[in-house]
Amino acid sequence: MNKLVQLGSDVAKLWAGNYGAYLNGMWKTISLAVICTLVGCLIGFLCGILQTIPCAKTDNIVKRFFIGLLRVVIRIYVEVFRGTPMILQAVFIFYGLPYFSDNALRFNSVWIAAFTVVSINTGAYMAESVRGGILSIDPGQTEGAKAIGMTHFQTMLYVILPQALRNIMPQIGNNFIINLKDTAVMFIIGFTEFFAVHKAVVGRTFMYFPSATIEMAGYLLMTLVSSFLLRWWERKMDGSDSFDLATKDTLAHTSGMVRFNRGRKNRAEARLIKNGELAEARRKAGVSDIMNLGLDQNERGR
Amino acid sequence: MNDSILEISHLGKSFGDNVVLRDIDFSVRTGDVTSIIGASGSGKSTLLRCTNLLETPSSGQILYHGRDISSKGFSIPAYRAKVGMVFQSFNLFANLSVLENCMIGQRKVLHRDRVTAEKTAKEYLDKVGMAPYINAKPHQISGGQKQRVAIARALAMEPEALLFDEPTSALDPQMVGEVLDVIKTLVSEGLTMIVVTHEMAFARDVSNRIVFMKDGIIWEEGGPDQIFGNPEKQETKEFLSRFFDR
Repeated sequence: MNKLVQLGSDVAKLWAGNYGAYLNGMWKTISLAVICTLVGCLIGFLCGILQTIPCAKTDNIVKRFFIGLLRVVIRIYVEVFRGTPMILQAVFIFYGLPYFSDNALRFNSVWIAAFTVVSINTGAYMAESVRGGILSIDPGQTEGAKAIGMTHFQTMLYVILPQALRNIMPQIGNNFIINLKDTAVMFIIGFTEFFAVHKAVVGRTFMYFPSATIEMAGYLLMTLVSSFLLRWWERKMDGSDSFDLATKDTLAHTSGMVRFNRGRKNRAEARLIKNGELAEARRKAGVSDIMNLGLDQNERGR
Repeated sequence: MNDSILEISHLGKSFGDNVVLRDIDFSVRTGDVTSIIGASGSGKSTLLRCTNLLETPSSGQILYHGRDISSKGFSIPAYRAKVGMVFQSFNLFANLSVLENCMIGQRKVLHRDRVTAEKTAKEYLDKVGMAPYINAKPHQISGGQKQRVAIARALAMEPEALLFDEPTSALDPQMVGEVLDVIKTLVSEGLTMIVVTHEMAFARDVSNRIVFMKDGIIWEEGGPDQIFGNPEKQETKEFLSRFFDR
């Protein structure tokens, strides 16, 4: 128990002295994770579109060659970047480029280097997730789109990928949370994200364990909030379970379909309901309860 | 025959060693309503899918207004926009509402502006009796309703001909009725169509030409009176007797 109290006071002391550095580190970690997950998704979707370009035996040889080449290149990209540690990829890109090009090619900023490495790495994982997402969509959807004359690109963009996106949302969330934590390895190229702050603070204060405690709590906080937001976003994507009948048939409205005539009047009413003033306003205007059904003036009483 | 839209000659299709279509000759003229009948596995659907190039034919030729559709520079997407298709399993876009389903092709393929596309979509949805459901998503409506939306989606492209691939096979009897009524309306308006169907009474009543297929071959073709009343081939008689002697 004494130990816990001790830890608590150490953590408090450390936080009071360095909270700026910690918060700055968290900010950089979050930006890196958010941007790289988004860019990684874009790479993944691009790979998904390119990988699924249809190729029949009857197509001409040049087209078949390029499609085949494209598939091989994507395959190599995925296998290499999924199959090697991100920490080494960072080293290779940040130190390897100037080494091989005699300093002609190099990253001037660790930010750009870190963003590049994490994005490309995430892209490799996302390429496979997107491929899985595309496979999960009924082939009938593609046929339906082809049958009204859509090209492969249009079919993917407007029909398949929106559905695939919904199906792989849990995996995108996974990748995002992994990125939040795994960007820690970017300290190797001197990117001062959340974990690098820990190393810096410990170097100055020698309070290793209290600092690690702050890190733990910080990472957990970031991932929990992300999980919550991702779930909320998924629910939002699913949309409403019900729909409004678009009809002028007044009987339909009495069955609960009351939101069709969403005119200015109804919005004004909605505001009134919100403020609890509707009943009051109604009484003043002498309007009957049929207003409730949201009917047009001329439909009432028909 | 200047008014023929499609001319299919010597069409063959095989999946590996499995020969599904052999030497099919077949043509479609403007205003024709052709029903293709035959047992399951006789190649009816494959013929329809080859016509729309959803399957690539193994051999033979398809002429669209006299142009070979496999020739260089022939735009297959543009061809498909002109020869619409309605599927057994509807294939409505699950991510789009009923209205958007009928608009997306007009917007992206025909490059119509939003107002025109919406007006056209609503017009055809009204025709198939689905106007009230424009805000619904496909999973929220019944099978018969889905098929009617699918028909409206195909019609909104204002095609020259429409291919129906067993449009009522996934529906219960009541829904079959509502979909067939829609198709009958289209027939009365003179739309050119090819219908693969197991609804024999429907085929007899609405089409002006019946094609009977068996084992990947067009066994017999002719007017409904001939095929249903006085078929020449023994196979046709046998097939039809199962439907009418029940």
